[in-house]
Amino acid sequence: MKTNRERIGLALIAIALIALPFVLASAGTAWVRITNFAVLFVLLSLGLNIVVGFAGLLDLGYVAFFAVGAYVYALLASPHFGLHLPFWVILPIGAAVACVAGVILGAPTLRLRGDYLAIVTLGFGEIVRIFMNNLSSPVNLTNGPKGINRIDPFQIGPLNFSASDTIGTLVFSGPIKYYYFLLLVLLAVIVINRRLQDSRIGRAWVAIREDEIAAKASGINTRNIKLLAFAMGASFGGIAGGMFAAIQGFVSPESFVLSESIMVLTMVVLGGMGNIWGVIAGAMLLSFVPELLRYTVEPIQRALFGKLLVDPEVLRMLVFGVALVLTMRFRPAGLWPETRHRREMSENRT
Amino acid sequence: MSTVLLEARGIAKRFGGVQALKDVSLTINRGEIYGLIGPNGAGKTTLFNVFTGLYPRDRGEVRFAGAALDLASPHAVAAAGIARTFQNIRLFANMTSLENVMVGRHVRTRAGVLSAILRTRAERTEESAIRRRAQELLHYVGIADRAHDLARQLSYGDQRRLEIARALATDPELLALDEPAAGMNATETTALRGLIEGLRKDGLTVLLIEHDVKLVMGLCDRVAVLDYGEKIAEDVPEAVRANPKVIEAYLGTGAA
Repeated sequence: MKTNRERIGLALIAIALIALPFVLASAGTAWVRITNFAVLFVLLSLGLNIVVGFAGLLDLGYVAFFAVGAYVYALLASPHFGLHLPFWVILPIGAAVACVAGVILGAPTLRLRGDYLAIVTLGFGEIVRIFMNNLSSPVNLTNGPKGINRIDPFQIGPLNFSASDTIGTLVFSGPIKYYYFLLLVLLAVIVINRRLQDSRIGRAWVAIREDEIAAKASGINTRNIKLLAFAMGASFGGIAGGMFAAIQGFVSPESFVLSESIMVLTMVVLGGMGNIWGVIAGAMLLSFVPELLRYTVEPIQRALFGKLLVDPEVLRMLVFGVALVLTMRFRPAGLWPETRHRREMSENRT
Repeated sequence: MSTVLLEARGIAKRFGGVQALKDVSLTINRGEIYGLIGPNGAGKTTLFNVFTGLYPRDRGEVRFAGAALDLASPHAVAAAGIARTFQNIRLFANMTSLENVMVGRHVRTRAGVLSAILRTRAERTEESAIRRRAQELLHYVGIADRAHDLARQLSYGDQRRLEIARALATDPELLALDEPAAGMNATETTALRGLIEGLRKDGLTVLLIEHDVKLVMGLCDRVAVLDYGEKIAEDVPEAVRANPKVIEAYLGTGAA
């Protein structure tokens, strides 16, 4: 049972999240967009957390499922094939296709663990990207490196997510509408993740991570349970991909490179593998800090030296690297580790 | 109901140039404690791993509770009613004791992804039944007070007990214990002996690999002796102890 204090806290957080886009919009719509992308990355991290954090399967090609979801949306809602299905039809299709892709990746890699699995999944991620890049002839399926343009935005009845609506004095711009939608999806994904974690399936995932042989001997069908982890993680990636395509209005293979997979994995590891709140924190941190740098480094340098000495992009990678090294040095289980890992750490200290 | 619970016939297993098991046949009766002994490297653990589906066998059949046992998948063996522990304890180290035992209930429960996401009434009922049963089993093996400690934080003896509790959670008919007394001191061994006797009293059949000859002789109804992958004796403990082949296997020729 929740105490009154917790209830008040939750209510305050809810109000803050609802008011957030308008605060951000006053600083520029760009910040709302940045927030939306941050939430997309949170969704991706939560999906990958099932595979890496719960089941302990190191997946370096996770962006492939993001790509599948994005392309499914792009193909079914753009002038490319002349199809314009509504988003609430496409998102489940995207999730299902990504889920199948997850099983296709999972099935041949069931016997692999650790580094070996990482290499195969890395290859899978690249294969998907290269497919997107080359499936433009003889049948033009993906339009190749040029990508797919003019993707339909979300549309609920008369509510168009690419246009602004004004209610009273409040301006609901496109990104603000997407923000609310993303927030709802995020809430659902958090609930799903937490429930799975506390379930029979969630325990089986962790058991496989801890000791696969003992898990087998305890009666867990490790093949099916591992495939399930891949499938669940992939579905979340597919949904995030569909929303990405709609928000961007454009997809091309270069959005789905290896470094994106690594970025999502870094968010999971930095935040604390296996802990949902840690993963969310990690994704938020790695999404926002670079943007903050981008917006502060240049003006500061100009004010101090009168000219730009260090490109913000360079500094971004430097800060990123230092932060990761420091985290691994001082908090190897992540900033906000899973309770089990945290207990493990404190035990080592005493 | 026939008295024979497990019947193995002609089990053979080769690792490269080593014939680990040669035509091993044995029968385990319901309700007995069946000991498996033999010098190091005799093939005891290999036989265990074949019975529980962890190693593929080269030849041979195992019938369990009247039906052919699918030895290709360990989880099917567990579902059929054989549970095991490991010589070198294999717990889910970073899960609590309670969670370890709850994992053991996996094979006897049904809830899938969808019912977990929707938290259906059936799922919640099953979940609380799993938790209750796990707590009972922790109590049964005597480590109820450690339920919320991580498995890795338990003492060696408690880890052994926890492994037995996890195995019991799968509702086995046959419990296979691989050297449960290894590394235990005299007090712990006595307590373990009490636990195993209790299991038999509760109707379980136990297959026991053990080096502690005193424990085996005192506890087992029948004992089989493996030497170089062959069964050289199978009888009541007194007869096995007097068997010249057994003495030779343990002490070398001329000792008898």
